[in-house]
This record gives sequence, structure tokens and C-alpha cells, in this order.
Amino acid sequence: MFKITKKQKLGPEMVLMEINAPQVTKHVQPGQFIILRVNEKGERIPLTVADFDSEKRRVTIVFQKVGKTTYLLGSIPEGGSILDVTGPLGTPSEISKFGTVVCVGGGVGVAPIYPIVKKLKSEGNEVISIIGYRSKNYVFWEEKIKNVSDKLLIATNDGTYGEKGFVTDILIKLLESNIKIDRVITIGPAIMMKAVSDITKLKKIKTIASLNALMVCGMGMCGTCRLTIGGETKLSCSDGPEFDAHLVDFNELMERLNVYKEEEKYAFEKWKTEAKI
Amino acid sequence: MSIIKEQIPMKEQLPQERKKNFYEVPLGYTKEEAILEATRCLQCPTHPCIDGCPVHIDIPGFIKAIKEDNLSLSIEIMHDTNLLPAITGRVCPQEEQCQVVCVMGKVGDPVAIGKLERYIADWELENRSRGNINIPKKKESKNKKIAIVGSGPAGLTCAVNLIKMGYEVTIFEGFHELGGVLTYGIPEFRLPKKIVKEEIEFLNKLGVKFNLDFPIGRSETISDLFKDGYSAVFIGTGAGAPQFMHIPGENLGGIYSANEYLTRVNLMKAYKFPDYDTPIKVGKRVAVIGGGNVAMDSARTALRLGAEHVFLIYRRSRTEMPAREEEIIHAEEEGIEFMLLTNPIRYIGNENGLVKQVECIKMKLGEEDASGRRRPIPIESSEFLIDIEQAIVAIGTTPNPIISKTTQDLKTGRHGEILVDENGQTSVKGAFAGGDIVTGAATVITAMGAGGLAASSINRYLSGELK
Ligand SMILES: Cc1cc2nc3c(=O)[nH]c(=O)nc-3n(C[C@H](O)[C@H](O)[C@H](O)COP(=O)(O)OP(=O)(O)OC[C@H]3O[C@@H](n4cnc5c(N)ncnc54)[C@H](O)[C@@H]3O)c2cc1C
Ligand SMILES: Cc1cc2nc3c(=O)[nH]c(=O)nc-3n(C[C@H](O)[C@H](O)[C@H](O)COP(=O)(O)OP(=O)(O)OC[C@H]3O[C@@H](n4cnc5c(N)ncnc54)[C@H](O)[C@@H]3O)c2cc1C
Ligand code: SF4
Ligand code: SF4
Ligand code: FES
Repeated sequence: MFKITKKQKLGPEMVLMEINAPQVTKHVQPGQFIILRVNEKGERIPLTVADFDSEKRRVTIVFQKVGKTTYLLGSIPEGGSILDVTGPLGTPSEISKFGTVVCVGGGVGVAPIYPIVKKLKSEGNEVISIIGYRSKNYVFWEEKIKNVSDKLLIATNDGTYGEKGFVTDILIKLLESNIKIDRVITIGPAIMMKAVSDITKLKKIKTIASLNALMVCGMGMCGTCRLTIGGETKLSCSDGPEFDAHLVDFNELMERLNVYKEEEKYAFEKWKTEAKI
Repeated sequence: MSIIKEQIPMKEQLPQERKKNFYEVPLGYTKEEAILEATRCLQCPTHPCIDGCPVHIDIPGFIKAIKEDNLSLSIEIMHDTNLLPAITGRVCPQEEQCQVVCVMGKVGDPVAIGKLERYIADWELENRSRGNINIPKKKESKNKKIAIVGSGPAGLTCAVNLIKMGYEVTIFEGFHELGGVLTYGIPEFRLPKKIVKEEIEFLNKLGVKFNLDFPIGRSETISDLFKDGYSAVFIGTGAGAPQFMHIPGENLGGIYSANEYLTRVNLMKAYKFPDYDTPIKVGKRVAVIGGGNVAMDSARTALRLGAEHVFLIYRRSRTEMPAREEEIIHAEEEGIEFMLLTNPIRYIGNENGLVKQVECIKMKLGEEDASGRRRPIPIESSEFLIDIEQAIVAIGTTPNPIISKTTQDLKTGRHGEILVDENGQTSVKGAFAGGDIVTGAATVITAMGAGGLAASSINRYLSGELK
């Protein structure tokens, strides 16, 4: 059992949890994720390590409640525990001194981009972070990201905070300003990463996206997370989750994310009625 | 007394019934049936059966004890060399190993060695559940810790042997459950999970420690284990990485690797969705690609989940199928539709990215290839389409790369298999390996044999006998 040492609400449907997971913290690095299973009947779901404390042997996850498993997880109180946590999984982010790096995080993707920004900065990069949310009340970790970035730009879709629009609107403006950008890293919904990738492709700026394919094992053993990258089939849990965005077939990713849509909806509705949510 | 030429058959669930449930198919021998079958054994002084068995069980010995109804002696003989007889008795390819060389085979059917093995093992499990459990005495503690990586048959066997010798043994398993393929691969109707659990509970009683959710190479590395004070490490991580054919459309929704399909069903209990949370697509028309045990298991699982047509697409003919004969017959009886000498060449999807058809081509058999099997050759212009809602690709697996990628100086072969010498020793001092990670996808009993060999090598290594 893995104890939840801290729980915090970060916004509507957005939850932070700090979990005691000693086997994860020994080697964890930015870009890696864990797989957890809430209870005996639970699914295995992947969540990115948003922060970690190697001394206290705790990892922080930030998740958005979107379906049965994330709601169930969100219903466990601080001090409660989770049946299984495994990790760190995935290949760590490739981080060295690139020069100027733009990190683009959208919605729940803001959390996993934080450790990457932090490490990029400590390696001596100039880091410009662009973060975007649906609306003002969804904003979280603004200060945290700001503290480790050289520059922070923020957007909300409805304009209630920061600039009005999408992260891509800010990115386009930034690219027009003609500063030299050596690399772009993006984490967020597939559709957002695709938009970012399309923009940087035109400018030929190397772009890395952290893909969120469905997973079961997380260890390269089942093939659930397979995707076409540059015409080759890759496993996003072990070859990734980060890939060269310009080689990713985002349409395939989005289709594969929807494979169980009906089943997920059915399970969620059934659970809501039974749990009287 | 005249010899009974035919094997005493084991009762089975009828095909019409069993294809709707996940209960075990063969039901086991009664005492009378087992004794009758045991009397068929000639107790040959040359006992070729023993050489046919990869772990050299004293077959005439345990069978004689069954005949004399001395079951505790029989299981004792069995446990000398085989610690998981309830499992091997069910899934061993007996017809190619111990039974194929049985002298009785010359005058009639070979002795049903596997079925007798199952009988005696089930008797013992039954006894254990009544509390009559015989925990073997451990040798004096050697005060040395050994790490076992992976909890499949190779790792479990290595662990039992070492703990009996007096070592402290800890198993590290990446998944949340123990057992390897026995748990997440072979389905319930062929190997009830209760049996696997009971065998593992036995290890627990012996004092083996378990670390679940603990992928080595990620959570800790092999060199961490040595630093943490383990004197030796056994790597039994299996051949879990799925292979695909790399044909167009293979990543469409509804196309599974057999590993994903069986893991969802067996490990995650997707057949109980939505009571259990992991979903699985239930197709009315399902194509399974391949001809081995894994393909048979996938096809028969699809049927039990509610498929109306399951097409087993295999590129050679029935004679070349690598699956166990018994499983092929079971699949045929249950109504799996075999499409032999047929190979898929592409999948076609609908507007939502879900598979709706597979295009296949007819094959014929040509010259023998290096493996001695006749090579399948496509027949020109013989392409045809099959409507499907789901496909399961069961064309093989390769060794798991996580450990070799994260362990310096660990030598691997062309397919990523870990290279070992005749003692199971790897190129890293103190690290041993065995099972599918060394051989590529093989069998339960060979994995157990390798685990046993590694245990004695580790003992020799730690006592300074082996360098
Ligand atoms: C490597 C990796 C890291 C991830 N990190 C995070 C994270 O840090 N925080 C976080 O909130 N989520 C993260 N996710 C996504 C998270 O795993 C899913 O949101 C979760 O599995 C949904 O489970 P559910 O049962 O609650 O919802 P479901 O009932 O499974 O799904 C509900 C809705 O969410 C969509 N959905 C399901 N799975 C995903 C997915 N993998 N990506 C995007 N949409 C999905 C479905 O299409 C559906 O519309 C990550 C995914 C991967 C692969
Ligand atoms: C569907 C199916 C049906 C089969 N049917 C038969 C049959 O009828 N008869 C027969 O004899 N054989 C059969 N086999 C083959 C047989 O199951 C295998 O040969 C045997 O299980 C191999 O044992 P193993 O111990 O080497 O590995 P596995 O059983 O594969 O176990 C390896 C274990 O290591 C774990 N692991 C992997 N990487 C790591 C890591 N980095 N850290 C920690 N743990 C890790 C895995 O999660 C797994 O639990 C079948 C296989 C399948 C898939
Ligand atoms: S373990 Fe397998 S090969 Fe050996 S005797 Fe038993 S069934 Fe035969
Ligand atoms: S070869 Fe057959 S008949 Fe002879 S001892 Fe072995 S099992 Fe018995
Ligand atoms: S999730 Fe199983 S292979 Fe990636």
C-alpha cells in the first residue's frame, strides 16, 4: 500500500497528491511516469511524476478527473492509500545545454512540464515557458513555473487571465519576434501538441512531445501504447513517452485514445449512479 | 493380466458448455481412473520417459506410488525435481517430451504421464487446503541474500531451491501480481489462477520475500542490488515483448497483441468489466493470427468473451502448427474456424479508426527452410477480405529489453536474449539468468529447469566452487 501524504485541490477537477513511493524516487528523472492501481478491481493508469522529493521518498502527481479511475483516485483522502504504484517508467527527458528552449504546457500538462523546465534551467538553458488553461479558475502552479523559467507567458482560452487564446497563439507571436529558439518541448492534450508541432515544423525547430497513449503494463510488454513514429511502430511507454513531435502520427494517437470511449463512458456512468456522485 | 492399450480418458467439460465459461476444461482423474492408468506403466528398467522430461522426474517411481495408492510418497518423488507439478501436469507439452518416448507408445497409447502428474499434484493441493501442509525443513541459514528478478516459473523455481538451501531470497516483480505468464498469459480455463496462487503461497510460507510493483532496471538496477547487499542475482524476466507483422493498418483500434489481450483478460480481469475497471473490446467476428499455444489461448478466450466467429489465420498447414495437439483439438471442438495456409497482408479501418476488415492472401508450402519446416509462399492474386471487428496478433514475443538496456557489460545475443554459459552464468559476475529471457519463448518446464540449474550454480558460486 502506498500512502497519500498530501492532497490538494488545484482547480476544478484538478488534484495534486503526494505519495510515499520509495521505489520510485531512487532513480526518477524528469519526463518519467508512474503507473498506479487504486484498488483490487482497478485499472492501471499512467500519471507523470510532476515533482519528487528523493529524501522523503515521495512523488507528486497532478491529475485531472476525467473518468472513473481518476474520480476514484480523487475520492481518496489525505492519509489514505493506493494499492499499487510502480515506477519510474519511461525514458527520462533528454536534457542538456541546448540554448534557448520553449516549454509549452497546456491544462494538466503544466504539471509534468515543471520538472523538465527546472532541470533545463539548472543545465544553463534560457527557458521560456508558455502555459495555458481553460479559464482563470483553472490556473495552477504559475509561481512554481515562473520561479524556474527565464520568462513565463500565460494564456486562458476565455481571456479571464493572461492573454486571451491558446498557447499556440503565444507561440506564433514568439516565433515571429525572431529570437533564436533551439528546441521546443510540449506536454498537454494531443490536439494541442499536434498544433504546436505543426507550427514548429514550418520553422524547422526541433520539437519534443510527451505522448499520452493508453497503457496497461508500462514496461514494454503488452503493446497497448504502440504508435507510429516516423513510419515505425514504437512503444510509447518504453521507447518514449517523449518523441520527436514532427515524426508523430497525431491522428493515430487521437484515434487510439478513443478506442474505449463507449466502455469508459458506460463504466463511469454506472459508477456515478452507484456512488451517487 | 492383459495390458490396456488405450489411455484412460480424463473427463472434460463439453464443448458447448465450456465455450461459454472460463472454468477449466479437463476435470481431473478420480482415484480409480488414476490407479487404472498407473497400472499401464510397464516400469521399464530403461525408463526412456525420464530422459524425455527436461527436469528428469522419476516417472516410473511416482507412477508406481500412485498405483500403490501411496500418494504422499508419490508427491515426495515428484517434488525432488519438480516443484510445480499442478502447473506442468496441465500445460507441459507432454506429448513431445516424456510421453513421446514412452515404451507403451509402441503397443498403444503412451502412459498419460502429465495427467497422472496433475492427479497427484491436485491431491496434494487439496490436502494443503485442509491444513495438512508439509513445509520442508530449511537448511541452516547461510546468511546470504539473493535477489530473483521476475516471478515466472524460472524465478519461482530458482527461489524455492535457494531458500531450501538456506539462503535469504527476495523476488522482485514488475507487475502487481506474481507468476509471470502463468498469471497474465495462460488463461483460467487451462490453468486456474487459484493453483498458481496456492503455489506462490507455499513459497511465502517457506519464507521467500516478495517485492511487487518493482521493475528492475527502473526502480533499481542490477548493480544497485549488489550494492544493497545481495550476493547473487537471478534474472528470469521472460520473453514479454510482443512482435507485430508491420503490415499496413496494424495500429488500428481493435487490433491487439496477444499479450495485451491476455493481460487485460487474465491479469486485469477485463472479462468481468465493468465490475473490474479494465475494458476490453468484445467483437462478434475476431481474427487471431498465429498457430501456437498463445494463438489457441487467444482464440478460445475471444470465444468465451462472446465472439460468434473466431478465425484462426495461420500461414502454414495444421501439421506445422506449433501449438500442443490437445489445445488444437480443444479449439476445433469449440468451433474455432481454422483458416490455414492464409496470411494477413493489411487491415482496413472504419471512419473511427477501428478495424473492420483484414485482407489475406492464400499460401502454399515450398521448400524446407533452416528450421526444417516447409516455407510458406504467397499465391499470386489470391487476396480476399474478411469482415472483422477485432484482431489478435499472436506471432511471437522477444526477450524483455529493460534489464539489458540498463545493465552495463551484460552480454546479449541477436534477438536481445541474455547470453549464459552452461551453468546459467551471465557475463556479469554474480548474475545468473534462465528461462525465456535466455531461450526466447519456450515452455514452462524448460524455464523451471533453468531456474533449478541456476539455483545450484549460485550455491556453487557462493561456496567458491564456481568462479
Ligand atoms: C505517460 C502518461 C502520462 C500521463 N500523465 C498524466 C498526468 O500527469 N495527469 C493526468 O491528469 N493525466 C495524465 N495522463 C492521462 C491519464 O492516464 C488518463 O487521464 C487516465 O488514465 C484516465 O483514466 P479514467 O479512468 O479516469 O478516465 P477514462 O474513463 O479512461 O477516460 C475519460 C476520458 O479521458 C480520455 N482519456 C483517457 N485516457 C487518456 C489519456 N491517456 N490521455 C488523454 N486523455 C485520455 C478518454 O478519451 C475519455 O474521454 C497520462 C497518460 C500517459 C500515457
Ligand atoms: C499465452 C501463453 C500460453 C502458453 N502456453 C504454454 C503451455 O501450454 N505450455 C508451456 O509449457 N508453455 C506455455 N507458454 C510458455 C511459458 O509460459 C513460458 O515459456 C514460461 O512462462 C517462461 O517462464 P519465465 O519464468 O522465463 O518467464 P515469464 O513467465 O515470462 O515471467 C517473467 C516475469 O518477469 C517479470 N519481469 C519482466 N521484466 C522485469 C523487470 N525488469 N523487473 C522485474 N520483473 C520483470 C514479468 O512481469 C514476469 O512476471 C505459454 C506462453 C503464453 C504467453
Ligand atoms: S514435467 Fe512435463 S515433461 Fe516432465 S514428466 Fe511432467 S509432464 Fe512430462
Ligand atoms: S517409458 Fe512409459 S511405460 Fe516405461 S516407465 Fe516410462 S512411463 Fe512407464
Ligand atoms: S503499455 Fe504495455 S507496452 Fe507500453
